[in-house]
Amino acid sequence: MSRRVVITGLGAVAPGDPGVKAFWQLLTAGRSATRPISFFDPSPFRSRMAAEADFDPAREGLTPQQVRRMDRTAQMAVVAAREAVADAGVDLTAGDPGRVGVSIGSACGCTMGLESEYVVVSDAGRKWTVDHDYAVPHIYGYHVPSTLAAEVAWDAGAEGPVSVTSTGCTSGLDAIGHARELILEGSADVVVAGATDAPISPISVACFDAIRATSPENDDPEHASRPFDKRRAGFVLGEGCAVMVLEELEAARARGAHIYAELRGFAGRANATHMTGLRPDGTEMAEAIRVAMNQARLDPGDIDYINAHGSGTKQNDVHETNAFKRSLGARAYDVPVSSIKSMIGHSLGAIGSLELVACALAIEHNVVPPTANLHVPDPELDLDYVPLTARDHQVDGVLCVGSGFGGFQSAAVLARVDS
Amino acid sequence: MIAAGTAVVTGMDVVAPTGIGVEEHWAATLAGTPAIGPIERFDASGYPVRLAGEVRGFDETVLVPPRLVPQTDRMTQFALAAAEGALNDSALDLSTVPEFERAVVTANSSGGFEFGQRELENLWSRGSDYVGAYQSIAWFYAANTGQVSIRHGFKGNCGVVATEQAGGLDAAGQARRVLRNGARVVLTGGTDASLCPWGFITQLRTGLLSTRTDPSRAYLPFDADANGFLPGEGGAMLVMEPYDSATTRGARIYGALTGYACGFDPPPGSGRPPVLARVARRALDDAGLGPGDVDVVFADAVGTPELDRAEASAIREVFRRPVPVAAPKALTGRLYAGGAVLDLVTALLCLRDQVIPAAAGVRVDPRLDIDLVTGAPRPAAISTVLVLARGYGGFTAAAVLSHPGKDR
Amino acid sequence: MTTFTLEDLGAVLEDAAGAPETGAWNDEVLDLPFYELGYDSLALIEASTRIGRQLKITIPDDAVVEMKTPRTAVEYVNARLKGA
Repeated sequence: MSRRVVITGLGAVAPGDPGVKAFWQLLTAGRSATRPISFFDPSPFRSRMAAEADFDPAREGLTPQQVRRMDRTAQMAVVAAREAVADAGVDLTAGDPGRVGVSIGSACGCTMGLESEYVVVSDAGRKWTVDHDYAVPHIYGYHVPSTLAAEVAWDAGAEGPVSVTSTGCTSGLDAIGHARELILEGSADVVVAGATDAPISPISVACFDAIRATSPENDDPEHASRPFDKRRAGFVLGEGCAVMVLEELEAARARGAHIYAELRGFAGRANATHMTGLRPDGTEMAEAIRVAMNQARLDPGDIDYINAHGSGTKQNDVHETNAFKRSLGARAYDVPVSSIKSMIGHSLGAIGSLELVACALAIEHNVVPPTANLHVPDPELDLDYVPLTARDHQVDGVLCVGSGFGGFQSAAVLARVDS
Repeated sequence: MIAAGTAVVTGMDVVAPTGIGVEEHWAATLAGTPAIGPIERFDASGYPVRLAGEVRGFDETVLVPPRLVPQTDRMTQFALAAAEGALNDSALDLSTVPEFERAVVTANSSGGFEFGQRELENLWSRGSDYVGAYQSIAWFYAANTGQVSIRHGFKGNCGVVATEQAGGLDAAGQARRVLRNGARVVLTGGTDASLCPWGFITQLRTGLLSTRTDPSRAYLPFDADANGFLPGEGGAMLVMEPYDSATTRGARIYGALTGYACGFDPPPGSGRPPVLARVARRALDDAGLGPGDVDVVFADAVGTPELDRAEASAIREVFRRPVPVAAPKALTGRLYAGGAVLDLVTALLCLRDQVIPAAAGVRVDPRLDIDLVTGAPRPAAISTVLVLARGYGGFTAAAVLSHPGKDR
Repeated sequence: MTTFTLEDLGAVLEDAAGAPETGAWNDEVLDLPFYELGYDSLALIEASTRIGRQLKITIPDDAVVEMKTPRTAVEYVNARLKGA
């Protein structure tokens, strides 16, 4: 009997208040956490909004030394991982720590820590040969994104396969897909898997400004993230982290664990076309969906909800609408599709993990989170995007997709596990 | 016998301090030509470390398509050049491989740091309007995989792994998974290039770098005089295919990745032992081999007394006999994501030419009790190589490479 | 301010995004689409930002989208210079 991988614990630090409960309340209320950037003075920038997490690492239980040592990205990862492990009720130190893995995704690693240190050592950009004496002692931990997995592994006591996956904006889905693979192939029995990004920093805001990827509609920050709306004008930057505990099904059952869902399929494909641009036909995303559905042994009729990438750029929303039609055929028109980026913005590599947690909760509660801020339909986009309000709906099978810079397209399939 | 689906290496290319191209690298490695020298890419005179393994003579205007030069960091230019070289070396006709069955998996440690420093400087010294459009795609860790995928039309399950200096082996392990899942060819490897002031000072802060100024006495892994390592830049790319399809097309096969495993050290102060010995044993188990089958071990060779002791102790624990140990990193410095990949290339060349390169200049500390090959290269009958790698924080990986034509 | 020439455009584009894939900056490329010269949307956005900065004009994003060839780009910039 081949191994199966199930989700037994969830943790999240999302825009708004931390914790899975607050995250799900935000989503089901259809509220947006996007607001004017408060972390720095955004006035010189084109896009001046973001979905910020009201996250205080000390209040969430990190020690002063952990707070000092870790970039915000790592702080969120450790806090979300603790929540997920506690939720799973699994004692990771009881068995062989070599069978416990950690797989963390991140698109841009410790950007905030790196930029704030850069400003000091370069004296605000005045020096090319920067002053090493002014750098914090743990700066190398910011330099390498692998720190994010290391911090989680130390905290969880994992000594098995530990890695960071960094495939841009599909990092979250890809890191969790990788964790699934580790369990399927027998390299680990439990994997703490998720993704984290805290990119709300001047350099990230400037780099997305430079390519006009983010929304410039600063007058109404709360409603600026408008996936699938005719007036969509780019994404709104976000931050956050979600972590889940993945276990082999029989082991989870044997210890009487609560099982949210089975991670039944995962696939990634690349469009090999352009680092940022997407062709409208959605061929490669459709291929990723097709492969993930095959692995899951599910038909389009088994999919009850699609959690879309839905970034709210002109190109993306057309691209993936066509990818859904191409892969699911007529079923694409019957399945509710929504983008939670309308509420929590686009947290780059982290978003896929937050979206997968939302999918697990959609199965748990039989509720589909909405696409907020969708008031003006776009005739080119003709699926059911669940505008404005959450919907009670029987959800047994879910498709979750992501798309990112580098041309990467990923798809994951979750399904309810009958007890 | 190599099983049908085993991942084999059919092409490779190198951009390293020891040379650009496989043969240049191998000749310099066998000759023990030191590739570590005073830093020339920036003024390092004010820093406590002034040596590094720089890639010399890399002309991006020749080795990288002109349109890609302004939009990429040096690390990506290395990756593009090495990927193209490895593909050429494999003589694989890509038109025979469906696009979705070709994938790229690279390791990365720090992203396009030099590019990033320039754009940070633009932002902070001149203003947000001066940040260029390519910052968004040049500095992130996925830039190498993305650009190589686009350049060669690789649409399969691409990946990017970050486990600091263990990354090269973890990428190869991931490439093997992608092949097992149905891909026909995977370009894998890693390149890093953090030798700009901003990338350099973060490394200074670890306290792991050697502050010596004599290039021949600075990075001395397993030497009684070991006092830290030196950073380098560059790396390598490999073409991997399943054994059966490689033989069907008549490909030259350098060797097979028959075993791989990884693990993570317990936190400092936990009292639990590091995982290196266990990971090495698991990689051998994975290959269906035992310690007695290994002809040479490529050491991670950090060059600090404590980490060298831990590695020597793991090697003694696994082998319980004097197994030859190679540390070619001593010539180049540590190349971050590129380091372990370069070791894979060098190990495959050991299999090809039946000779173990020397850690020239190292006088092995007798207390470590390991058979490190020093002085001159040592001819040997080699059919199996174990490659070890460790990344900052505790990342640990091991890979087993087997000779393609030798049946044990 | 004098006029903005094809050579001026070429210099900015080459600096921002590398040399064109075909041809030199002469009349033969005037009506070739930018994508045939190897310049994508990122290259054009970057070039327009630099031109705007050099000539102290603002080039809106919508205008960049409309610049399909070197001729339309040169004509647009010159019209803006006259109007400014």
